[in-house]
Amino acid sequence: MDYTVAALKTFLIFFVVINIVPLLIWLERKGAAYIQDRRGPNRAAIFGVRLGGLIHSLNDVVKLLFKEDIIPSHVNKPLFILAPMIAMFVATITMAVIPFGDPVVIGSHAPFLLQVADLNVGLLYVFAVSSLGVYGVMLAGWAANNKYALLGGLRSAAQMVSYEVSMGLSVVGIFLMAGSLRLSDIVNQQGANLFHWNIFLQPVAFFIFLAALFAETNRLPFDLPEGESELVAGFHVEYSSMKFALFFMAEYAHIIVGSCIIATLFFGGWNIPFVSSEWIKMNADLVLKILWMGLGLFSVVGGSLLCRRFKKQRYGDLRDFEPLVFGVPGVLTGFGLLGLFAIFGNKVFLPEWGPSVLLAAIQIGVFLAKVLFFCFFFIWVRWTLPRFRYDQLMKLGWKIMLPLALANILVTAWVALVN
Amino acid sequence: MESIIFYAFGGLAVVTALLMVTRQNPIFSAVWLVVCFFAFAVLFLMLNAQFIAVLQILLYAGAIMVLFIFVIMLLNVREEELKPKVLQFSGILGGGAAIYLIILFALGVLKEKVASFPILPADFGYVAPVGKLLFTKYLIPFELTSVLLLVAIVGSVVMGKRKL
Amino acid sequence: MQAYFPIAVLFGIGIALSGGFVLLSTFIGKKRPTPEKMGPYECGLDPIGSPRQRFSVKFYLIAMLFILFDIEVVFLYPWALVFKDFKAAGLGPLIFGEMVVFLIVLGGGLIYVWKRSALEWE
Repeated sequence: MDYTVAALKTFLIFFVVINIVPLLIWLERKGAAYIQDRRGPNRAAIFGVRLGGLIHSLNDVVKLLFKEDIIPSHVNKPLFILAPMIAMFVATITMAVIPFGDPVVIGSHAPFLLQVADLNVGLLYVFAVSSLGVYGVMLAGWAANNKYALLGGLRSAAQMVSYEVSMGLSVVGIFLMAGSLRLSDIVNQQGANLFHWNIFLQPVAFFIFLAALFAETNRLPFDLPEGESELVAGFHVEYSSMKFALFFMAEYAHIIVGSCIIATLFFGGWNIPFVSSEWIKMNADLVLKILWMGLGLFSVVGGSLLCRRFKKQRYGDLRDFEPLVFGVPGVLTGFGLLGLFAIFGNKVFLPEWGPSVLLAAIQIGVFLAKVLFFCFFFIWVRWTLPRFRYDQLMKLGWKIMLPLALANILVTAWVALVN
Repeated sequence: MESIIFYAFGGLAVVTALLMVTRQNPIFSAVWLVVCFFAFAVLFLMLNAQFIAVLQILLYAGAIMVLFIFVIMLLNVREEELKPKVLQFSGILGGGAAIYLIILFALGVLKEKVASFPILPADFGYVAPVGKLLFTKYLIPFELTSVLLLVAIVGSVVMGKRKL
Repeated sequence: MQAYFPIAVLFGIGIALSGGFVLLSTFIGKKRPTPEKMGPYECGLDPIGSPRQRFSVKFYLIAMLFILFDIEVVFLYPWALVFKDFKAAGLGPLIFGEMVVFLIVLGGGLIYVWKRSALEWE
């Protein structure tokens, strides 16, 4: 029974995280478009509904599935097939230790963890398995038997290993303060007080970790392995169809997991600034009412804003009704929620397990909001900063970040010793 | 249950190790060795040595094998250079050493009778107890490690940058 | 051991997902190979020489240094965990000093690498 629950929970967490991927791809395209002052993807549609370009992500998956799967004759076939699988596999298993909320305690049952597994080695597990990500890139570059691919693979492997050291060093200060490697302990140690979050206590570590994470995920400004102006596409130049999509999805899955870890380590995880979990649990009825009303008002206001965008002769076809498709149900749901609140608002009492479940829901929501913000940050940076030169990259990694991380550890330890 | 997992991953370790030795192409050997390290990590986990299990992946699979594959990629040994030469001196030496070790191990297993395993504390193999031992009882070996690492750093630079 | 069961499940999901996608695309996509498609991609030119050239020893050096510094990092984790316990037991200066000595020796290594300009990419 326990095993079934654990397996189902694992599936659910995996499902949630992997479904952020298409959302993120859409966000990347739209974000890039608006940063470059254009509209971005907005053509793909199902019965005239375009969801502002979100259908394109679905479209891409279908397209890539039906594309010809080219395995060129000059490649090393087993490794060529294995490499994208390694990339996706590594991206999947790194999400195992991320906590989405406090363990839920209902009655006398054992606490229900809102994470796949609460390991004693905690973050070390993430470092260990993500260090295997190098193989996907390196083997892809080597197996493709193509000059661009090999150069891309070499570059990215050298870059990933260079920044892995700084990344590992930057978090030592956090472990020292928390006295634990468990991510849940680190979140609890930060607490609800905004100024006890590690971003304020360990700002240097945060910047080192952030830069190293960008380098590990091969994102701009560190995307030399696939710099299109020099290497065309780097290590995945010979890939097509779903094998290419696996690399693509793995990159975004890495961004999501990386954002989760940043939010956990430096931004208090599931904590809400200045609102402690105990307070929410004590005043669950009040919180529920505020949420209920807030959601109702939000739907009404958002729905009516969408409805105002409706103009009869804008396109002259079905697309005219697109704002209404979401606007009208939004307004109706909002009024429904508010009406229910007016009738039943004072008669609803939470059952005994209510506060715990409500708290968990709020925590998951807050955590996902933070994660999405950092995902957006990745995209924002990508379309804002230029690419590094390779010697600058190595210099930054070994000559600036490594000594800085070492100094940060010594200073943290000294402060911990004196206090 | 425990023994099934043990035999599964022990068997995996043996099979992958054999595959690693018998592959012609060095890059396949390296990939099989990575799988082998994974099986080792699971075996460490079954001994409740979680820290060691993670280090097995972090250092061996994630760092040392990366260097191996790097070197294989950099050197690009041609296929014809990889043809095994029958009976080399190093082969005889290695085989002899392996047989000697197997005999030694078998003798050890036959002679020693393990009466009972000591009862371990609940947090055995966690990171903090390892740290406690490392920084008290094994303080001097720990500090000597830094010297060892320094020697390795100097050595790799001297070999890599001979021209200077 | 029981805590690792969900991780085994996640490993299974990872293998199934990546393997499944590769299999799907092999079966669904139509195959129409042409000599141009099957050759190495070099922006339309025919490649000259084998791509498997020997590369700069710098990459090897970086990988070597990475291993050594990674081992150093691994020693820092247990140190960071027990720091507060040692301080509570009144051994704070001892554990701080231990790590300072360790880091000075390895910092010396970093300075040596730096001065020998092994980190330069000209």
